[in-house]
Amino acid sequence: MNKPELLVTPLSVQHVKKLCEAGADAFMIGEQRYGLRMASEFSKEQCQQAITIAHEYGKKVYIAVNGIFHNDKVDELNDYLLFCEQAGADAIVFGDPAVLMAARESTPHLPLHWNTETTATNYYTCNYWGKKGAKRAVLARELSMDAIIEMKENAEVEIEVQVHGMTCMFQSKRSLLGNYFLYQGKALEIENRKEQKNMLLHDPERSNKYPIFEDENGTHIMSPNDMCIIDELAEMIEAGVDSFKIEGILQSSEYVTAVTALYRKAIDACIEDPEAYEEIKDQWLEEIEALQQPHRPLDTGFFFKETVY
Amino acid sequence: MATSKTENISTIIDGKRVIVKKPELLAPAGNLEKLKVAVHYGADAVFIGGQEYGLRSNAGNFTWEEMKEGVEFAKQYGAKIYVTTNIFAHNENIDGLEDYLRGIASAGVAGIIVADPLIIETCKRVAPEVEVHLSTQQSLSNWKAVKFWKEEGLHRVVLARETSGDEIQEMKEKVDIEIETFIHGAMCIAYSGRCVLSNHMTARDSNRGGCCQSCRWDYDLYEVDNGEEKALFSKDDSPFAMSPKDLKLIESIPRMIEMGIDSLKVEGRMKSIHYVATVVSVYRKVIDAYCADPDKFTIKQEWLEELDKCANRETATAFFEGVPGHEEQMFGVHGKKTKYDFAGLVLDYNEESKIVTLQQRNYFKRGQEVEFFGPGMENFTQIIDKIWDEKGNELDVAKHPLQIVQFKVERPLRPQNMMRKELV
Repeated sequence: MNKPELLVTPLSVQHVKKLCEAGADAFMIGEQRYGLRMASEFSKEQCQQAITIAHEYGKKVYIAVNGIFHNDKVDELNDYLLFCEQAGADAIVFGDPAVLMAARESTPHLPLHWNTETTATNYYTCNYWGKKGAKRAVLARELSMDAIIEMKENAEVEIEVQVHGMTCMFQSKRSLLGNYFLYQGKALEIENRKEQKNMLLHDPERSNKYPIFEDENGTHIMSPNDMCIIDELAEMIEAGVDSFKIEGILQSSEYVTAVTALYRKAIDACIEDPEAYEEIKDQWLEEIEALQQPHRPLDTGFFFKETVY
Repeated sequence: MATSKTENISTIIDGKRVIVKKPELLAPAGNLEKLKVAVHYGADAVFIGGQEYGLRSNAGNFTWEEMKEGVEFAKQYGAKIYVTTNIFAHNENIDGLEDYLRGIASAGVAGIIVADPLIIETCKRVAPEVEVHLSTQQSLSNWKAVKFWKEEGLHRVVLARETSGDEIQEMKEKVDIEIETFIHGAMCIAYSGRCVLSNHMTARDSNRGGCCQSCRWDYDLYEVDNGEEKALFSKDDSPFAMSPKDLKLIESIPRMIEMGIDSLKVEGRMKSIHYVATVVSVYRKVIDAYCADPDKFTIKQEWLEELDKCANRETATAFFEGVPGHEEQMFGVHGKKTKYDFAGLVLDYNEESKIVTLQQRNYFKRGQEVEFFGPGMENFTQIIDKIWDEKGNELDVAKHPLQIVQFKVERPLRPQNMMRKELV
């Protein structure tokens, strides 16, 4: 049985080292100029440092170039991809076909991971991007376990699945927080807060609180709960899912390290001794529950939830 | 490679510049009646939804028979029909897709509007005679991505609503492909295709047509301070809202025509026939007037007023003219803006007796002032005198939906003309 990769989004260069020691196999980093919703900003220099550390440990680093680009940034893509290749990145994560076009021109040998978040919803389309040059598809978070397994069974590309943390529900190009503050005439009073990532949209009807923040790419709204399926990994490991991702955005580095260490144990146990995994998995879930902030309950995302249309 | 420079947008005839590349006016239709109205009022093409694979599971979607009838009807006017098949499909949606696309082809549909490469590739394989247009759900925002889709063999791309006029100009110059942009109607506040609020909040899949429009609800804004959550605004403040004003680009039409944009699209498959007729007829007039004499063109006040008569919300230019600020969103109480209602559809007009036969679509009465409008005519108002029902009985009010009534109208009317009333 193939051992899936454990992919984590680190919060700093130092954090990469800690996560290597906690058992992460790969990292996704980047900066908001090119990547969406990074757990932390990694300048080019920091990317270089992170790659050096990760490679010392024999781990991989993927750089996020998954923005929705307008003409103004398109001309920078070739240079940024060249930087990624020279820095030793193991892959580029993209969503916009412009990146694919730029990669064909400047870095044809740099592996590409296709990740638009919401639109990777069937295996045919994953394979389509595979034919265009992607080595891996990152599945939409709004899929059930059964759909994920079916996609892996029919995929000609590697399949990455998020197993833990927050997911993005919404991205607008508009400055929705800034506009609201301006409308209220309180722009000066609170304008500087909008990027602090400590704001919540309160939905009284569902008693949910959704993190909301702004950056260069617009306004982002995140899921109200942290997805956690540390106790439901067996089926996906058996199906051969290639990479499990832990999302570190809006979490502390201590939290991400602790969660990474637990998933490391869980994946190893599931491969080496599936019975032991079944026995101990509830305990790991409890350990993660104990780490949660009061306003961030755990759930299982869409793995066991039906959606209609 | 500079398309708009080599492609002739205008030419000089008898010393006067005229536009030779007239863009297509593309209108929405939620059912066959709306399709016919759209074509009748001047749409060059109409987009509709079929029974599956479209993004409005609540819209009145077309059966195969209705689709065929729509295509046949449009053909008589030289108009085209496009079908929206722009869901992001899940594995379970793959079965049946080939037959569905073959059905669209055999109905004579000119093109499909698609977001998912699954549907693009399947259409190319099983229904190659059908044009493939990339949906705005792909949030296409730059020229290099436009080039990608051109190389994939697409006939046309519908751009993201986040693109500006300057950006579209550059795309048009760098890539030789048909470009379609939205000019009027409601729009997503999020990047289309990148919003799953509905999935999370109501378990309805937004990218398969289930969107519950949770972006239009009101919210409170909190901040977390030292682990403590507190409201950022008091009860007296307006709640946090994300609703955009509706798009209205009537004043940008001249620029769009000069740029060589190929298709100008009106949103709204869920909208009424009154809405479709009003919006299409106004944009028809704007496009025709500009193309006939671009250098002397001015926007007429009456066109702007006419558009407002069917407006559901406040309007704005969104991203076409720059980055939208708070004035382009709706905060606080925002009720229905419409001051007019559709009151009746003209079925017949007798030139000699000056009696109109009309199908009632909303309550009206004797003594009320109403307005008539239609394609290629000047609007006029009149006070209604005596009203008769089909049997010749005199009525004070026309209160039954779809009731056939008659009354005298001084100026000539034609079937398909409409009557609206001001709301009091």
